[in-house]
Amino acid sequence: MVRIKATALSAATFITGEEFWRGCVAIVCFLLFWQIGSRSVDWLGFAVPAVSQIPPPTAVSHQLYVLIQEPSFWYSGYLSSVRVFEGFAAAMVIGIPLGLAMAVSRIFYGIAFPVFEVLRPIPPLAWVPASIIFWPTQELSIAFVTFLGAFFTIVINVIGGAQAIDIRYFQAARSMGSSNWDIFRRIILPGTLPSIVVGATVGVGITWAVVVAAEMISGGGSAGSMGGAAGGGLGFFIWNSYVGGSYTQIVAGMITIGIAGYISSALLRKVGDWLTPWLAEP
Amino acid sequence: MSSEITVNGVCKSYGVGNFAKTVVQDCSFTVPRNKLTVMVGPSGCGKTTLIRLLAGFERPTSGKITIDDKLVTGPGVDRMVVFQETALFPWMSTYDNIMYGPRARGEDTPEMRDLAETLLQKVGLSAFRHKYPSQLSGGMQRRAELARSMINRPSVMMLDEPFRGLDAMTKRLMQEYYSKLYDDFRRTTFFVTTDIDEAIFLADRVLIMTNIPTRVRTVIDVKLPRPRKVEAIFESDEANAIKMQALSLLHEEAMKSFSHGSKAAADFIDAYSKRVGG
Repeated sequence: MVRIKATALSAATFITGEEFWRGCVAIVCFLLFWQIGSRSVDWLGFAVPAVSQIPPPTAVSHQLYVLIQEPSFWYSGYLSSVRVFEGFAAAMVIGIPLGLAMAVSRIFYGIAFPVFEVLRPIPPLAWVPASIIFWPTQELSIAFVTFLGAFFTIVINVIGGAQAIDIRYFQAARSMGSSNWDIFRRIILPGTLPSIVVGATVGVGITWAVVVAAEMISGGGSAGSMGGAAGGGLGFFIWNSYVGGSYTQIVAGMITIGIAGYISSALLRKVGDWLTPWLAEP
Repeated sequence: MSSEITVNGVCKSYGVGNFAKTVVQDCSFTVPRNKLTVMVGPSGCGKTTLIRLLAGFERPTSGKITIDDKLVTGPGVDRMVVFQETALFPWMSTYDNIMYGPRARGEDTPEMRDLAETLLQKVGLSAFRHKYPSQLSGGMQRRAELARSMINRPSVMMLDEPFRGLDAMTKRLMQEYYSKLYDDFRRTTFFVTTDIDEAIFLADRVLIMTNIPTRVRTVIDVKLPRPRKVEAIFESDEANAIKMQALSLLHEEAMKSFSHGSKAAADFIDAYSKRVGG
């Protein structure tokens, strides 16, 4: 448990020292490979499969440089972030109590879990058409799909975490005179917290994956004030770039999403560390 | 303040029909008031089951367990159990762990906080009050757990192989710590172990158990003077005599568990013990 946590953490905690430089070397090597690969026809005289079709990092970084000066690009990022946040927050608010209730009550578990298990394997993207029909605005439809992306992961982690709490903790608490509420508050809640953090960290990544796809399919959503392509979020931005034939924009959009997802997970890990200080390396 | 436990004709089986397995059969003994009773038996004989029955986590299939003539029907604050492996709450500091019981009962009073300080000092963990269990050594965890139980001033303390898994040196230190704590806070105690030296060093009374399904084979009273010292105890002839007696009984029981279900093994052991005996 502690070991797994330590490995997962290393990404968020490489601020100083060896680990930082290792990361830098890896990124530089990756960029070099990409640059050489995408220019392979000119430079090496043959085409490296797949990579040779991609615009080189120099072109992409130039594109990114142009894009970050455009307010509409930032607005796309903002729209996607809001959708991610809405869906993710709703998934936490609904998923954590639901998971806890299923873990605590055998009766509720018996009732809710079969339904949950039937809905869970349905990919969030399969929900897109239904979601568009269900919800009055497209904005809500997209947020709902992102919600589903994180929701199932969070619930499953909460149930698993709560059920994995050692029975001896309950016996010890019980024999020291704990009431049910006391056991819930001081044993079940903190005992489940590490799994909630894991569920949230994994869930937010899925949320990014889902929001982008949902935007592509639903055609951008609240185009309203900003008009057309620019207002549809990062997913729509990528799709629109593909339709418009701008490959550098596609890759630039992809990288932006990668960075956004990384920042989200890193932030959640930081919050998680702060919430579970007993898991820190001794 | 302290209580007396009576176990009367207790049986405990698990499963039903052909799959039923009887772990405790017709077991009777008493844990006398303000005495330290140690139960010793071959491993896997059902000692943990018995402690779980006394604690009220499980109900006997038949027979009666009473504490001061009151039937045990479930866990209670009058009985504290210290488990085989540490059951300290990992998300609480040493101090919060010790204060768990008082807080659970709404007794976060200055008296209790004082008692927590005293106990922290007695188990040598004052400097580690803000550490989490994962930051403590195995021995420290066991001591924190002893303190966490003691603070509830239970009328019965039950300890299920509390020093198992500690290295030899730490184990000895813990036995001395525990012996001192017991002398200071004398109360009815039921202590389970597989270690005969530990049993004789700590006990007022030793129960030697049979192999599974378990019941009491022999009761030995240990009348060695207190306080006791680990290095001094086996210089006494009485202690050694008890040890020899207990060892031969335990050897017999262990052999039974060895030959269990195998005619060939039983014959072998039979022949072997005849040879040794002759």
